[in-house]
Amino acid sequence: MAQSAQLNASILKKVAMALSGIFLITFLALHVTLNFISVLSEDVFNEASHFMGYNPLIQYVMQPVLAFGVIFHFVMGFVLTAQNSAARPIAYAKYNGAANASWSSRNMIISGLVILAFLGLHFYDFWFPEVSYKYIAGTAPDATRYYGELVHKFHSPVRTGLYCVSFILLGFHLWHGFASSLQSVGMHNKYSRFLSKVGLWFAVVVPAAFVIIALFHHFNN
Amino acid sequence: MKLTLKIWRQKNAQDKGGIVEYPIDGIEPDMSFLEMLDVLNEGLINKGEEPVAFDHDCREGICGMCSLFINGEAHGPDRGVTTCQLHMRMFKDGDTIFIEPFRAKAFPVIKDLVVDRSSFDRIQHAGGFISVNTSGNTIDANTIPINKDDADKSFDAAACIGCGACVATCKNSSAMLFVSAKVSQYALLPQGKVEAVDRVLNMVHQMDLEGFGNCTNTGACEIECPKGISLENIARMNREYLAASLKG
Repeated sequence: MAQSAQLNASILKKVAMALSGIFLITFLALHVTLNFISVLSEDVFNEASHFMGYNPLIQYVMQPVLAFGVIFHFVMGFVLTAQNSAARPIAYAKYNGAANASWSSRNMIISGLVILAFLGLHFYDFWFPEVSYKYIAGTAPDATRYYGELVHKFHSPVRTGLYCVSFILLGFHLWHGFASSLQSVGMHNKYSRFLSKVGLWFAVVVPAAFVIIALFHHFNN
Repeated sequence: MKLTLKIWRQKNAQDKGGIVEYPIDGIEPDMSFLEMLDVLNEGLINKGEEPVAFDHDCREGICGMCSLFINGEAHGPDRGVTTCQLHMRMFKDGDTIFIEPFRAKAFPVIKDLVVDRSSFDRIQHAGGFISVNTSGNTIDANTIPINKDDADKSFDAAACIGCGACVATCKNSSAMLFVSAKVSQYALLPQGKVEAVDRVLNMVHQMDLEGFGNCTNTGACEIECPKGISLENIARMNREYLAASLKG
């Protein structure tokens, strides 16, 4: 008698976790590209940000989808971590995890929690003021304000430091998460080795670009 | 060699258990780890104490019976070996060695270092087989041509001895490497494709019922596996499960 596939099956949960991760990786690529424009051109950055801030497709379709993806990824991460902890009720007296697995793969929950804390700060810095500007105060659109708002946030060395530390932890998260998400959706073929290398580059380049952006605006202004 | 052993002692499944320290002397580097435990037990028996219970059978790295989590690693610090193939030359004179049972909710301790791995048997019973008519008209398996690459990969997966090192070493106590090896060895062969959908659904369902954790692809299982079972099998099982979910 065959079991039917169940939505709470371990494999489906990890596939869902992987798909939400791949979605967030795609978003990160877009985010870092847009942000890096601020290093190159104030005007183009303002233009691009204004487009993102007022385009109805992005605001009313992509933004809710993104919010769902972020919340789903975090909630699923906590659920899986709780289940995994319950699977070993008595811990080893001596456990040498470093002997056979990387730090980043063993500590996704730690890097994930740092990213979650960072998102709180990031929302406080950018998203809440944006919502307040547009929907609470109802201020008229101003396509020239974005660069100044961005630069202002990086005046503080503490905030800039917190951002940089978070980006480094993001790098650790991606270092394992990118290739892991491909493995979880069942990809293991002649392209896997190449894609894993792409993942490692992504895990270095994207956080490094974010760090450069933060430091550039801190020291440049 | 003179060593200090810190061994998990537990009278029975209900006992709380704890680490007990044993000094031991006169250990030869060419002894196997299990022979070192035999020496310890001989000494304990001579002193009228309860010997340390541990699993073992073939002592040739074939049966998968010996377990043990040694100094924080399943089957100890060597690679590609079971505990019976681990030699004392891997340790230094004066070392302190932690010896613990494989830890997982699905592998409850029976006594000392002996754990109940019958959860693996139940997963196998759920679908780790092919149904063959044995009433006299059995078709010779060799009459069905099989691609060499598939046959090799199937054989590699079938090399899994079900020792449980993957579960023991995984930080999540996941049994995905074991289950995926058992799924893969049939999924790659024409004889196994007939029941492929039922097999993967039933085996994964049973794996989840047993209380194993979720795989997070750390790769520790592959490194600690004495038979070198590849993570490729886990990816294959994920694909099989997704395809079966759509069909089943």
